[in-house]
Amino acid sequence: MPSGICIFAEVTPDKKLSGVTLELSGKALELSQKLNGETINALLITGDDNIDDLFIELSQSGIQNIWLVQDPKLKNYSTDLYAKAAYEVIKQKDPSIMLIGATTTGRDIAPRLSSQLDTGLTADCTELDINEKGQLAATRPTFGGELMATILCKKFPQMATIRPKVMPKPTPNYENKAKVEKIEVDFSATPIRTELIEFTPLAQSTQARIDEAEVIIAGGKGLKNAQNFKMLEELAQLLGGTVGASRCAVDAGWCDHSVQIGQTGKTVTPKIYIACGISGAIQHLAGMNSSDIIIAINKDPKAPIFKAATYGIVGDVFEIVPKIIEELKKQKVH
Amino acid sequence: MKIIVCIKQVPDTADIKWTENNTMVREGVESIINPFDEYALETALRIKDENPETTIKVLTMGPPQAEEILKRAIALGCDEGILVSDKKFAGADTQATSRTLAHAISAKAPDFDLIICGQFAIDGDTAQTGPSIAQHLDLPQVTYAKEVMPIHQNKILVTRETEYGIEKIKMQLPGVICMIKCDYNPRKITISGSMKAQDTQIQTYSMEDIGLAPELVGIKGSPTYVSKAFRPEREENCQFLEGSADQMTAQLMEKLKELGVKNA
Ligand SMILES: Cc1cc2nc3c(=O)[nH]c(=O)nc-3n(C[C@H](O)[C@H](O)[C@H](O)COP(=O)(O)OP(=O)(O)OC[C@H]3O[C@@H](n4cnc5c(N)ncnc54)[C@H](O)[C@@H]3O)c2cc1C
Ligand SMILES: Nc1ncnc2c1ncn2[C@@H]1O[C@H](COP(=O)(O)O)[C@@H](O)[C@H]1O
Repeated sequence: MPSGICIFAEVTPDKKLSGVTLELSGKALELSQKLNGETINALLITGDDNIDDLFIELSQSGIQNIWLVQDPKLKNYSTDLYAKAAYEVIKQKDPSIMLIGATTTGRDIAPRLSSQLDTGLTADCTELDINEKGQLAATRPTFGGELMATILCKKFPQMATIRPKVMPKPTPNYENKAKVEKIEVDFSATPIRTELIEFTPLAQSTQARIDEAEVIIAGGKGLKNAQNFKMLEELAQLLGGTVGASRCAVDAGWCDHSVQIGQTGKTVTPKIYIACGISGAIQHLAGMNSSDIIIAINKDPKAPIFKAATYGIVGDVFEIVPKIIEELKKQKVH
Repeated sequence: MKIIVCIKQVPDTADIKWTENNTMVREGVESIINPFDEYALETALRIKDENPETTIKVLTMGPPQAEEILKRAIALGCDEGILVSDKKFAGADTQATSRTLAHAISAKAPDFDLIICGQFAIDGDTAQTGPSIAQHLDLPQVTYAKEVMPIHQNKILVTRETEYGIEKIKMQLPGVICMIKCDYNPRKITISGSMKAQDTQIQTYSMEDIGLAPELVGIKGSPTYVSKAFRPEREENCQFLEGSADQMTAQLMEKLKELGVKNA
């Protein structure tokens, strides 16, 4: 009988655990309590030798066993090799639940793995629970958040990818020490059919990455032109945040595609989202309505964005935003 | 190059309405090609623009009406349309869907270099079908692709966007790529394209035609099932700040301070 919960410990290009990894540990702890204490394990795939920091962080997050696949071939993420490593470990360890972050890496590897293991996979979940029969009940938004569905799986492992930043990180447990078990995987017969030949990190400016930003200032059609986005950038700098945009603003060429928020762009969950001159179409809301606090500035009191907003300012962005900037600058001087 | 593009018919989310039992009101809802699949089509068509000997087959699994999006794709410049359609496919999750599509490809269009999917479908929004097709056919994959450039008979260069930056990946063909929004707008249908589409016969295949058994498709072939569906409760309790622009700004500053925002 499969047993135990396994989380995928995702390592970022700068050799840290991704934020969602710890969120998964926290959730695994909770699920384990509902499953009479099934073990909590982390699958760690890496090409590096010096990984004590990762062990410590995983330990403090409550992980009991680290299933480690370590091989110099695994220096960079590769779908072929990582999927092979993950498959071999899961086959051998037979967990009943497998949780993976819904990041670009997680969503690259998870579906391959589920197909190879011939089991089900529930995508981009925002809630996980154990039902009265002991099954994983995974809840996820569909139709851009218009409908929520709770999904069960008939096979093992019950797999799910989890949207980053919706589940809290656990409080560190400094006493806990995870046991590390190294698992040998033979890659000799695994073809490597993709090759990373160039990597350009996102502009290392003062701006935070949009998926990690705690504050996002987003602009829409109401901003009127690219030049006016400078105002939002200034506000973002002052608040330690970053700038996002609606599709209209992106399609008009005022902002880069990579900062589009919504159904055909990014899904973001900052602490504070300030929507400036954005009407709040459902496709836009799909990407930002799980933000903690939404502040909308729009001159049309009937704009749908106000339905999603925590605080609303009916007014002209060209009047309000400069005033906020001015106030913030005053505070800074003091 | 021989390309297969997988496209899905989806309801236009802008006009979806829901019944009290949380089922979708299908009447009067326009069906569109999944927006990401438009980028997949555009990517294929651009490869064909550069290399006119390229052939593009479009594939969809869906009800008989889904033929319509295949016709639209042909009107855009694709060469052939393949519809796999069977009542037994109903209720398929991504596992059953990708298995069905992979079988259809092996059975009816095995001679290809590249399969292009959209990254997500806007209804199900799982982003799983493309990679699962790749696994079923034992092919390499690149997900979150923004741009594709053939470089060689059996290699392509793919630009991929992740949380951390932009990757350039060389992939061996045959292989699968899944497209996010690319930097160019999908083209529009021309009159001559529409006329060509009218004359093009769509190939339609059933479950037996592609050699699958009932327990492998549709609801029976799906390891996952929905136990509950509900509309999220949206609290509509926006607190409007009042007064002049200065007063509203002052109130907002108070709120930001309460929220512990840096500098506020
Ligand atoms: C399949 C599909 C996918 C889509 N995906 C996305 C997506 O991922 N992201 C996305 O954002 N959209 C998406 N859209 C588009 C979406 O439907 C809307 O068209 C878009 O979000 C509108 O952008 P907007 O709010 O900037 O512009 P508009 O709707 O034009 O709104 C502009 C707003 O600015 C206000 N305004 C104007 N001037 C001022 C001023 N001086 N001061 C204050 N307020 C002002 C106006 O009152 C108005 O409410 C998608 C659409 C489709 C069909
Ligand atoms: N029924 C289908 N027929 C053809 N292609 C599909 C189908 N479902 C999904 N796809 C492809 O898989 C991609 C991702 O869909 P999804 O996994 O549902 O988010 C889509 O953009 C399509 O390219």
